[in-house]
Amino acid sequence: MSLAALATDLSLSARAHRVAAVAAEFAETVDRDARFPEEAVNAMKAERLLGIQIPARLGGEDATTLELAEVCAILGQSCAAAAMVFAMHQIKVSSLVEHGEESAWHIDFMRELAARQLLVASATTEGGIGGNLRNSICAIEIDGDTCRLSKDATVISYGTHADAIMITSRAHDKAAPGDQVMTVFRRGQYSLEKTVTWDTLGMRGTCSDGFLFKGEAPAVQIFPKPFAEIAAQSMLANSHLLWSGVWFGIAADAVSRAQAFVRAAARKTPGAQPPGTLRLAEASSLLQMLKSNILCGLKTYQQAKADPDHLSSMAFSIAMNNIKLASSETILTIINQAMIVCGIMGYKNGTPYSLGRHLRDAHSAQLMISNDRILGNTSTMLLIQKPDTSLLG
Amino acid sequence: MNETIRELLGKVGGLPGPVAELADDADLYAVGLSSFASVQLMLGLEEAFDIEFPDNLLNRKSFASIAAIEQTLTHILKSKEAA
Repeated sequence: MSLAALATDLSLSARAHRVAAVAAEFAETVDRDARFPEEAVNAMKAERLLGIQIPARLGGEDATTLELAEVCAILGQSCAAAAMVFAMHQIKVSSLVEHGEESAWHIDFMRELAARQLLVASATTEGGIGGNLRNSICAIEIDGDTCRLSKDATVISYGTHADAIMITSRAHDKAAPGDQVMTVFRRGQYSLEKTVTWDTLGMRGTCSDGFLFKGEAPAVQIFPKPFAEIAAQSMLANSHLLWSGVWFGIAADAVSRAQAFVRAAARKTPGAQPPGTLRLAEASSLLQMLKSNILCGLKTYQQAKADPDHLSSMAFSIAMNNIKLASSETILTIINQAMIVCGIMGYKNGTPYSLGRHLRDAHSAQLMISNDRILGNTSTMLLIQKPDTSLLG
Repeated sequence: MNETIRELLGKVGGLPGPVAELADDADLYAVGLSSFASVQLMLGLEEAFDIEFPDNLLNRKSFASIAAIEQTLTHILKSKEAA
């Protein structure tokens, strides 16, 4: 397809590829300077990607989780940080779409999000809870029609760049740590005082700084559903599936670079098999397995969506946990294989085969919700839930 | 049955308050039942009633309150009798 034809192609895939081209151009500086991928996010807004998940009758495009994951994978091949910002935003939007329909305020907010391409951030982590987002220390204070919240949020990815923050807290000052609600605060309704700087090995552009959050807003902005249900029914699946989409993108680009390296070598010495080809074949097999894993998860989620009981069942949680575990571990093996194929040209920065950023970004996958915590949860559930032994589901 | 559930809940539920003060329809997750404790409770119930929870009942709703657990157990015991 010619560039001119691509420029007018309004399919989701073409729009995502145009954003990916912008993201790729700035990926190195975003990574080096640990700065927000502003150009890529502006391109997402220009291509109107931020609201695609919102129902069409509210101005969105009814995009499915499968379509969102595909966009994540396309962006992930260019700039993992920009792709992760997109994924995290869409995970928040999924909670609005799945649980916001009962409240007039949340419906209006969705309409505005789609129209004005608002970027939404998340504040679920808190100092002192040990990384378990299903517990809160802070409690929301409801005073007539107003709610107030102060939270030591140790991570709010792209917090200062967002147009709204969805934040968890205990439901009231006497609530148990697990009795939580989630509230949407719009920019202007909160202040952020930076407490921690995000200077990390990889995923440097997500700017996941820590902040002291202080907000005041109309109480109607609190989700009517308990956060426990939101977490189980929309956040769990969307997080693991969309993150996996991003990770697939990182691994897929690593395999493409390895293949380019092998092909260049093969063209220089026709008749001889370059040394890296077997490893490339292995990496391609792993990449296919990763793809099947994610697609299987997307299908499981699509089927479970029709039944809220199934969405909060152990079988479903285990399935989603397993997808996250497998994706986050497999990408490291794949990128490592690609690195061995490309050798010193992959290890060096600034070559067409550089894989340092891929490897560093990919290392975040095992840690964003620690795999050990996920294994722990699954192992508890397997004391009672039978393992899934069917092939067709 | 209600007593056995309450006794097990007291033993493995890890709730901050006394179980005796809980209403039958009180939301157990809201009063602090963790997912780990809920599995321990299920294991205890399986042992006490000599049953196995079928996969389709292993969801939040089935264990949301003492009344819901009673209902779940009654359902399982009935289908066991019928079998």
